[in-house]
Amino acid sequence: MISESRHPMTGNEMSPEARGGMERHAYDVVVIGAGGAGLRAAIAAHEAGARTAVVCKSLLGKAHTVMAEGGAAAALGNRWPEDSWKVHFRDTMRGGKMLNNWRMAQLHAQEAPDRVLELEDWGALFDRTEDGLISQRDFGGHKYARLAHVGDRTGLELIRTLQQRTVQLGIDVYMECTVTEVLKDGGRVAGAFGYWRETGRFVTFEAPSVILATGGIGKSYKVTSNSWEYTGDGHALALRAGATLINMEFVQFHPTGMVWPPSVKGLLVTESVRGDGGILRNSEGKRFMFDYIPDFFRSETADTEEEADRWYDDKLNNRRPPELLPRDEVARAINSEIKAGRGSPHGGIFLDIASRRDADYIRKRLPSMYHQFKELADVDITAEPMEIGPTCHYVMGGVEVDPDTQQSAVPGLYAAGEVSGGMHGSNRLGGNSLSDLLVFGKRAGEDAAAYATTGDRPTVDEADLKAAQASALAPFEVEGGENPYTIQHDLQQSMNDLVGIIRTAPELEESLGELERLKERADRMVVEGHRQYNPGWHLALDLRNMLLVSECIAKAALARQESRGGHTRDDFPGPDPEWGAKNLVLSIDADGTGVEIAEKPLPVMPDDLQQLFEDK
Amino acid sequence: MATTDHGVTSAGRARIDARTLRQDRWWLSPLATFVVFAGFVVFATIRAFMGRDYYASPYLSPFYSPCLGDCVEGASDFGQPFAWWPLSAALIILVFPLGFRMTCYYYRKAYYRAFWLSPPACGVAEPHGSYSGETRFPLILQNVHRWFWYAAVLVGLVLTFDTVLAFRPMPAEYAVGDGETSGVHMGLGTLLMIINVVFIWLYTLSCHSCRHIVGGRLRHFSKHPVRYKLWTWVSRLNESHGTWAWYSLFSVAIVDFYIYLLATGVIQDVRFF
Amino acid sequence: MAYDLKMRVWRGDADGGELTDYTVEVSEGEVVLDALHRLQATQTGDLAIRWNCKAGKCGSCSAEVNGRPRLMCMTRLSDFEPSETITVTPMRTFPVIRDLVTDVSFNYEKARELPYAELGPRDADGKRRMMQVDVERGQEFRKCIECYLCQDVCHVVRDHEDNKQHFAGPRFFIRYAELDMHPLDTHDRRKLAQDAAGLGMCNITKCCTEVCPEGIHITDNAIIPMKERVVDRKYDPLVWLGNKIGLRNKDNDGRAEV
Repeated sequence: MISESRHPMTGNEMSPEARGGMERHAYDVVVIGAGGAGLRAAIAAHEAGARTAVVCKSLLGKAHTVMAEGGAAAALGNRWPEDSWKVHFRDTMRGGKMLNNWRMAQLHAQEAPDRVLELEDWGALFDRTEDGLISQRDFGGHKYARLAHVGDRTGLELIRTLQQRTVQLGIDVYMECTVTEVLKDGGRVAGAFGYWRETGRFVTFEAPSVILATGGIGKSYKVTSNSWEYTGDGHALALRAGATLINMEFVQFHPTGMVWPPSVKGLLVTESVRGDGGILRNSEGKRFMFDYIPDFFRSETADTEEEADRWYDDKLNNRRPPELLPRDEVARAINSEIKAGRGSPHGGIFLDIASRRDADYIRKRLPSMYHQFKELADVDITAEPMEIGPTCHYVMGGVEVDPDTQQSAVPGLYAAGEVSGGMHGSNRLGGNSLSDLLVFGKRAGEDAAAYATTGDRPTVDEADLKAAQASALAPFEVEGGENPYTIQHDLQQSMNDLVGIIRTAPELEESLGELERLKERADRMVVEGHRQYNPGWHLALDLRNMLLVSECIAKAALARQESRGGHTRDDFPGPDPEWGAKNLVLSIDADGTGVEIAEKPLPVMPDDLQQLFEDK
Repeated sequence: MATTDHGVTSAGRARIDARTLRQDRWWLSPLATFVVFAGFVVFATIRAFMGRDYYASPYLSPFYSPCLGDCVEGASDFGQPFAWWPLSAALIILVFPLGFRMTCYYYRKAYYRAFWLSPPACGVAEPHGSYSGETRFPLILQNVHRWFWYAAVLVGLVLTFDTVLAFRPMPAEYAVGDGETSGVHMGLGTLLMIINVVFIWLYTLSCHSCRHIVGGRLRHFSKHPVRYKLWTWVSRLNESHGTWAWYSLFSVAIVDFYIYLLATGVIQDVRFF
Repeated sequence: MAYDLKMRVWRGDADGGELTDYTVEVSEGEVVLDALHRLQATQTGDLAIRWNCKAGKCGSCSAEVNGRPRLMCMTRLSDFEPSETITVTPMRTFPVIRDLVTDVSFNYEKARELPYAELGPRDADGKRRMMQVDVERGQEFRKCIECYLCQDVCHVVRDHEDNKQHFAGPRFFIRYAELDMHPLDTHDRRKLAQDAAGLGMCNITKCCTEVCPEGIHITDNAIIPMKERVVDRKYDPLVWLGNKIGLRNKDNDGRAEV
């Protein structure tokens, strides 16, 4: 059983200083976040010999990675021997409208197969081909069937495998513990400061390397597939620590989220539904995607229903159905159909697989979708179409990092997974997220472990700790203000309305004004009760991060005067080659309450890779 | 507040005094199981100890088959090796089907819940102070279920044989018309025995041990396609193991009771041909 | 279709607590978790709830609704009469932290005690080959979202605190089964399952299967097969005899007992 000196929740040994004063722990590498990227980073750091800890807001194994459904993209070539990292690289760059950091896209395409095979060594059970190899499925934007998958619960398989590996290696995990500050010693990282959600007590981690693996920002939007944890913590921590963010204007709206009932609005409906034969229809019964094929993808997209339907069985001689265009294209098309009044009764459009595949096939390939609609909406997807609409799903933007090491501008501060930026350019392809987590999680973990052994250990400044504590407790000090739930609600509404799929300059300006007002309201918010497991207080602290990140999105969206990938401006409808050559870089302003924006040219792709785009 | 309790009111757990907060009629199912089982046990015990009225040619009661003791004429198709046995012949062989059912994974669930209240229903606190499951004598003997299954297969074969014999022509005293005593006959008793033997086989073959033995123990189904096929069939039957357990329990009692009624002359067999 | 729902929610911590009455407005299509969130946002901001995905995929919001272990996000209000009072309590098998949040560290302790997958070397081309039929049984168990409702409902620990030490519970029995059925794993965990994990404590009363939100056939497909595998190893004279005369199940070759 658990001994007295162990934490009851985690079983971790607590340091002697914990009694009375603040709990302190010393590590080489501290990973913030226990999703796919965080756990993969922790495993890599541990295997590189570093004393490693994972700190996460939820219980181990609950992170948002479990929600990933479709699969992990990796050019294993199990279905199509023609597939290779070069094709995957090309698909990724084209999906991101060439705004990706080419080096990250290259490393990702090259290393994803190894990272997936490694999971199998650790006990993952992927679906198999007839030859017993890992099966691979079709997804939007991928030329070949490339997604290693387990039914439609691949994320669960991935996180469970990594979780079990983490526990097996004996890595310390601090569960239900939120980090509120990255601590520094001069210009470099010195550790992290946070609190136990359970007790409200503070805890300090002293470590030369801190890896951010906190995921995305979706909770700033009203209609989102993201869970409460997605409050942009890592983005905000990085900004406040002095690192920079890029590509924040690019927010991916997944084309297919549930629209009814209201309590699950936004909940993800996997792209596999379309990969396995599902099609989109409007209220007139029209398969409308054929009207929305952009020139950029015209040569590789079917223009008749007959050709599209043949493609599922004969991929060599037919072009892809337009339902499998990259997500940004499909989301915009759905948005237009709904706006034109051709939507479904609950304000979505129809996603139909019932009339296209038999019931057994659907239940076998899409078990959790079947379950989800049956239980939550009373809809049998083997008998009737689903009603779906776009939902905020993923942020392409994130911490600007070195592509090989994932280190940010701050020495010792790393970012991996959704919280890092650059890999996906202006739009992420489905399936590239799970492989991104694995590839760059490992790279970040290895380099963080190596960095931790260089030079002398940094020391934490006691004054910084005092300030961090005061800041965390501030919401208890105020009287007479608003509760954080109201402010969060207003923020989500305003981001949804003003910084959504289709954007215009006046609306973006309005949103920035609204954000300023929300910030003022947040300064005066109050929380009731005490520090022990108090969700109101937790939200109050997360809300600061949400506000800061929302400002980044709105500012960058206003600055980028073109439409590209996950960023669509009604007043600048097309892509602009000049904008296609630069990133927008955000940093914290001088008084630490707002953000500043700057332009920066994209790194130039070497000729041999450039060649891949000219051949065809 | 610390308590000395050991279950849902243990120290540290959410302080709720009620042993369950379920509002549905959770007690209905264990109660029904209790009543029906108890009824069967009483009936079967009486019938097993009676030692008579178990044979009405050509029908032999399943409680007495195979009849190995000092049985009535015509009932012993496998000889009488236990002719010296002073008590009812049923007691010699009943231990096998009884053991099979007592150690059956389905029946265990049913009687642990209904008779032992361990637990009476899900989320309802059980009344026992301590619990060691099936780790000690006598319950560790539940592990011999497989042995009873082997025996149950033999019993099933014997009952099948009995059912075939139930097509025998009837003896002269039951014959209708001009005393026809040759050829094939079928009566209501034959039909009941067919139904019974079908349920007995469904119950026996859907057994969890059977499922394990035919293929469940394998790690590589792909290397044993035939056993895999068998396993999928047994698995499908196994989903309704509990249903077959009940049906076969009723059918065995009905067949026995029908034969009892014939043997005591209360009714006459209904003859189809 | 909005109406006022009457709820009784357990509020308190390890030192004590009680069922507290609330009335909250709810509407069509909502689940118990929605009602609690509205309580949180409008009436009692510090109501502690553990939740994440709100889609039945992460297994965080486990609690007991009207005495039955459920995921709050998958318990639809339409399953109840509008006039009915819905009682929500924390899981009653684990120590309470606050309100509806319990300390589930028991499960993480048990996870640590379990020997993990240990596969042999890969094939020559660096890949592994496993047939779909061979991985399917394990895949059913890997659907587990670790909501721990099976652990909560299991009377072995729910009604007997002292058994926690020697009993891993249904969640980990499916893990043992998963590994034992893995086509490439090299460990034989049957002895451990029986001894350290306390497989024999289970009296297969099937409540774990009844509450599993993923519909995993915990008892029929994992626990009973594991019990049968233990029987293979220990209680089956035919197997013993077969081993003595050199007739044995070659399917287990390459496995070593841990």
